[in-house]
Amino acid sequence: MAKIKFTLNNKQVEIEKSPTARLLDILREDFDFTGVKEGCGEGECGACAVLINDQIVNSCIVPLGTVEGKNIVTIEGFSKTKRHEVLRNAFEEEGAVQCGFCTPGMLIASESLLNKNPHPTDEEIKIGLSGNLCRCTGYNMIIKAVKSASKKGDGLW
Amino acid sequence: MKNLTPKTLKETLILLNEGDYKILAGGTDLMIQNRAWSNTLPKFNKDILLVFNLPELKYITLEDDCLHIGSTMTLEELLYHKLTPKLLVEAIKIMASPAIRNMATLGGNIGNASPAGDSLPVLYILNAIVVIESIERTRELPIEDLIIGPGKKTIQKNEIIKEIKIPMSNFTSIRFDKVGGRKADAISKISFAGVAKVKNNTIQDFRVSFGAVGPTVVRNKELEANVIGLTVDDMKVNIQEILNEFGNFIRPIDDQRSNKEYRKTVAINLLKSFILSL
Ligand SMILES: Cc1cc2nc3c(=O)[nH]c(=O)nc-3n(C[C@H](O)[C@H](O)[C@H](O)COP(=O)(O)OP(=O)(O)OC[C@H]3O[C@@H](n4cnc5c(N)ncnc54)[C@H](O)[C@@H]3O)c2cc1C
Ligand code: FES
Ligand code: FES
Repeated sequence: MAKIKFTLNNKQVEIEKSPTARLLDILREDFDFTGVKEGCGEGECGACAVLINDQIVNSCIVPLGTVEGKNIVTIEGFSKTKRHEVLRNAFEEEGAVQCGFCTPGMLIASESLLNKNPHPTDEEIKIGLSGNLCRCTGYNMIIKAVKSASKKGDGLW
Repeated sequence: MKNLTPKTLKETLILLNEGDYKILAGGTDLMIQNRAWSNTLPKFNKDILLVFNLPELKYITLEDDCLHIGSTMTLEELLYHKLTPKLLVEAIKIMASPAIRNMATLGGNIGNASPAGDSLPVLYILNAIVVIESIERTRELPIEDLIIGPGKKTIQKNEIIKEIKIPMSNFTSIRFDKVGGRKADAISKISFAGVAKVKNNTIQDFRVSFGAVGPTVVRNKELEANVIGLTVDDMKVNIQEILNEFGNFIRPIDDQRSNKEYRKTVAINLLKSFILSL
């Protein structure tokens, strides 16, 4: 057991748990952020994606102890931003959401990509989203959505 | 279980010296290898030391004609760093996804010692030296002396990989290829790394290595030395002979003959394509 402090969706939090606990379980069970989903549980699908210091990670394989002092944002925190609104609208307009299971992870991956590269090419978007699986849409709609968000949200990233 | 998050390298070395710990860096291998049920702790058979955030292990510097890469530098940090050797960048580009690369460390790719670890063929031909530290001493080992089999390393239990040291060199050609997709299981992946320096149409430097065709990365410095001094044209004229020599040296271990032949053929074709590109 160890006391681990970090920022979670803009709030300072502290929790006493094993540093090897999966960040995913802590976010869902201890903090009730259930927008973070478990798909594969082994880093392959991106359903559990969250941002650590603005960059995407798969929370199903992140050991809690590594987030000490870091800034974590889940889909719940991200959804309060203007950037989320732009992305979300673009996803809806382009038909990039069907069952919605992958969508939180896709939005987190898009945010992470745009943080690094505000005007990505199609190829760069493909690479940026390569860790996120979608069983419903073809990826084309998702790529289009990210492209459109990067135009409409010009200056936000 | 005592799972600890030491704050300094010194504290880490003291703990490693006193107890029997497993080092956990980004966890992208270990958290999966020791995965348990959802909402339960991963099942490790040893106490864990988390080193991901140790400030003393996160750096990249250029000193004494060598690049020094701290062991917990993540693949994503390296991908975007201007000092990272181009060949390593090529390999990292096709490793995993951004989410994994944000946690996966270079030290962890070495520590996992998988024959399919993608940074390894690159580190072998860049003549990488691994700097290992314990409370008693610091020692340096060429990477090929550190990894001796799948998951097998010559690291003592009180030691940690501190950094990877890469001598600077200039090449006129570099190549990293991986056959078999990211999601394909290790069995179907074959990787190739090559560097060469050609001046006045003459081969001055030539190094190649193959990943996932044997228990460790395959490199043969003697065969490389044989082509130094040849003109590029000579090399291309004699390409079949050169390929045969390397081919004799590549002996994939596999029960299934077809798979073995396939691997060898793919490996040799990758070499051929590199030589023809010179
Ligand atoms: C979805 C997915 C895709 C992947 N794709 C690829 C790929 O394409 N190519 C590839 O090569 N790998 C791939 N991997 C494997 C993995 O991401 C890499 O091997 C990574 O570099 C491991 O680093 P880590 O810090 O996460 O290691 P950890 O899991 O923390 O540790 C791995 C091993 O190294 C040891 N270790 C770590 N740091 C040190 C140190 N400083 N000193 C001594 N020992 C140490 C640990 O004890 C352990 O045995 C993938 C993994 C996942 C989950
Ligand atoms: S649940 Fe984490 S990547 Fe699939
Ligand atoms: S919309 Fe259903 S998985 Fe992507």
